[in-house]
Amino acid sequence: MLRFLLRRLLVALLVALAVSSISFSLAYLSGDPAIAIAGSGGSAQDAELVRQLYGFDRPIFVQYADWIFQALQGNLGTSYYFSMPVSQIIGERIPVTLILGTASFAVALLVALPLGILAALKPNGLLDRIALLIAVSGQAVPSFWLGLILIVIFGVWLNLVPISGADSWSGFILPVVVLSYYALPALMRLMRASMIDVLQANYVRTARSKGLGMPTVILRHALRNAVLPLVSVAAVQLGILLSGSIVIESVFALNGLGRLAWESLLRSDLAVVQGIILILSLVYVMLTTLADLINAWLDPRIREA
Amino acid sequence: MQLKRSLLCTLLGATLACSTLSSLPALAGKTDDTLNVAFSAEPEALDTYKIAGREGLILARHLYDGLLYKDLDTGEFKPALAESWEFTDPLTIELKLRQGVKFHNGASFSADDVLTTLNTVIKPDYGTRYQISVDWIERVEKINDYSVRIHMAKPFAGAVEMLADALPIYPRAYFSENGSAGMAAMPIGTGPYQLMEQTPGVRYVLERFDDHYADSPKGRPSIKRIVARTIPEMNTQYAELMSGSLDWSWRIPPDQAKKLERRVTIVNAPIMRIAYVNFAKAAQDGAYAISDARVRKAIIHAVNREQIAKVFGGDASEVLNSACNPAQFGCEQDVTRYEYDPAQAKALLQDAGLGDGFDMDMTFAAMPRPVAEAVAADLAKVGIRVNLNENQYAAAVQKWREGSVPALFSNWGSYGIGDVVFIDSNFFGGGADDQSADPEVAALLQLADTSNDRAVRKANYSLALKKIADEAYWMPMYNFNINYGLSDDLNFTPHPDEFARWWLASWK
Repeated sequence: MLRFLLRRLLVALLVALAVSSISFSLAYLSGDPAIAIAGSGGSAQDAELVRQLYGFDRPIFVQYADWIFQALQGNLGTSYYFSMPVSQIIGERIPVTLILGTASFAVALLVALPLGILAALKPNGLLDRIALLIAVSGQAVPSFWLGLILIVIFGVWLNLVPISGADSWSGFILPVVVLSYYALPALMRLMRASMIDVLQANYVRTARSKGLGMPTVILRHALRNAVLPLVSVAAVQLGILLSGSIVIESVFALNGLGRLAWESLLRSDLAVVQGIILILSLVYVMLTTLADLINAWLDPRIREA
Repeated sequence: MQLKRSLLCTLLGATLACSTLSSLPALAGKTDDTLNVAFSAEPEALDTYKIAGREGLILARHLYDGLLYKDLDTGEFKPALAESWEFTDPLTIELKLRQGVKFHNGASFSADDVLTTLNTVIKPDYGTRYQISVDWIERVEKINDYSVRIHMAKPFAGAVEMLADALPIYPRAYFSENGSAGMAAMPIGTGPYQLMEQTPGVRYVLERFDDHYADSPKGRPSIKRIVARTIPEMNTQYAELMSGSLDWSWRIPPDQAKKLERRVTIVNAPIMRIAYVNFAKAAQDGAYAISDARVRKAIIHAVNREQIAKVFGGDASEVLNSACNPAQFGCEQDVTRYEYDPAQAKALLQDAGLGDGFDMDMTFAAMPRPVAEAVAADLAKVGIRVNLNENQYAAAVQKWREGSVPALFSNWGSYGIGDVVFIDSNFFGGGADDQSADPEVAALLQLADTSNDRAVRKANYSLALKKIADEAYWMPMYNFNINYGLSDDLNFTPHPDEFARWWLASWK
């Protein structure tokens, strides 16, 4: 198990390094950062001064090596836009993203698991059809549209919740509903498919023939096996929820990491972009590693492979 | 047991209801004298000298004061932190400073603050974002505690404009100790509002500064508190405006403004920003088809700018003929005009040997795609097949400066200042953005930019702008205007420099 763990961590580190170097190069493709920083009224003289001040006149690999060297010492640099350490900006924005991502994930999981299991018990039954409708709607309805509709109904008409901002916990209600609805279909459909497979297995038939009740069979025998593929997908989904909620953050003005990354990319605030990408790629890699470990714990065949 | 359970349920329900109610958004402003405003872009760190975006500059102008102030209604420069000023020679300005002015941290304002601030921000390693704002200052000298002398590095017609609120004065002790990062972390000025709290880029709370000096040209603000938030999604801003939790929003697109008109107050006002298509006449050693003046003229005749301005710019937008905003000083209007005339365009192309049309790349940035497509569609009608490339502003400008695109469609805001000095020299003065490379125009602009005589300036700008139009170096498109969404309770007057003056706002 220790060897498995070390191997996974090494791969994780390499992935993070690769993501960061690729993103560093890609950031330059959106144009000369010095011109972007000089702003839309900036002259060539302004851009030249920025180029010298921020070291953009150095070869790109030198800039990257410098950034990596500093990052390894825990210094993610300073945002030119906010004149603040990148770590401080990320520290201020990350709670919003963590609350939004984990709460949405928890809600999605809490709804997807039981709904997927119930749908699997009677495939093509009424409940399965309703679950399918929910899943298809969740996939088809764009998040920004659903967000705005909920804002109009619950924020403008009923005045029950804040329309935007994260000043209080109630500001998270609508975004969590929208984001969890976005994450729900994949989890639910996978749970359903996996459970249908497992319910047809011989050991389930044996358990039933021993006279065990359906709830016991599902909870004690079927679920542990059915949940295996879900763990991997859930880890990826959580990663997406943490890193990809730009639209939701924009609609509800939540100012989390996703939107900060997007805005920073547009204004070529490279230190912030690099810092966020490094952190999110590490989170992503950690989650997939965690999923591998959970799967290895649930299924001994995996850790022996 | 049953009673216990129902009691628990009741309590739980009441708690939930109360907590939901207590966390409802505060209703906008008039009742608690708080002006709730929203930007869609995040303001930068609040050190004016490092800000390029309008959002940060607006907040900064509420926190800081300059030596002078320009009254845009009259065009008159007024005393602010300086009581009077005088050019003692073409390269020297002497200013008498106001006494009894306090900074937000209680420090008293004096000549030392002016010296420390200006002598610091003119150094290249300070990184002042717009060099044009400070590169005309060589050094500032103290005459006595309340008088300073500015020695200019070069003649610059925009000097007084720059002293008027564009170069704020910071408190010497705090600024010396904490530098730009300190100003960003805790901005301290003499402005009519002081910053009470900020989550950079997210939320700012400003409160009226009660010790703001009595004769300030900004006056004593009527509204006590301003809460500025970043709400990136415009639709969310509309919802907040309609629900009453927002009092002020801006840059509402014309189509949305029309829909909102029935629910909130919409105010439309023109601004300095203009749209243009620039032609790289001299790039690639004149290899582009647009190097031929007849082709450039054909392009301008071919584009129905009138219709494009009305559809995309809004009712207040007008077609421009000169390479500047008519509201700017020196913007000569008596120049060659190119009316919409596709037949004339075809004739000019025929004359240039391009009767079968030609292919042309056009890069556009910071302009909506539909506008660029409308231009391309008009050009297609006379046989000019435009390959449109949408770029980020930085990428587009980079290509332009390299001369690798024949035409660039974008816009220019002149820093919101009503003077031609802040637009034409950038595009035609011989610098990196000048791809027309006309030494005569550059020399005329140089004369106009450096003279203190308004008549001389006006005459030379006139000659330069006539030549630019005659040669069709530019296709001026239209001037922009902005829609503001306001709460019905708010009195707010917009200004063409795109600087919201909330210190002048009041409740109805």
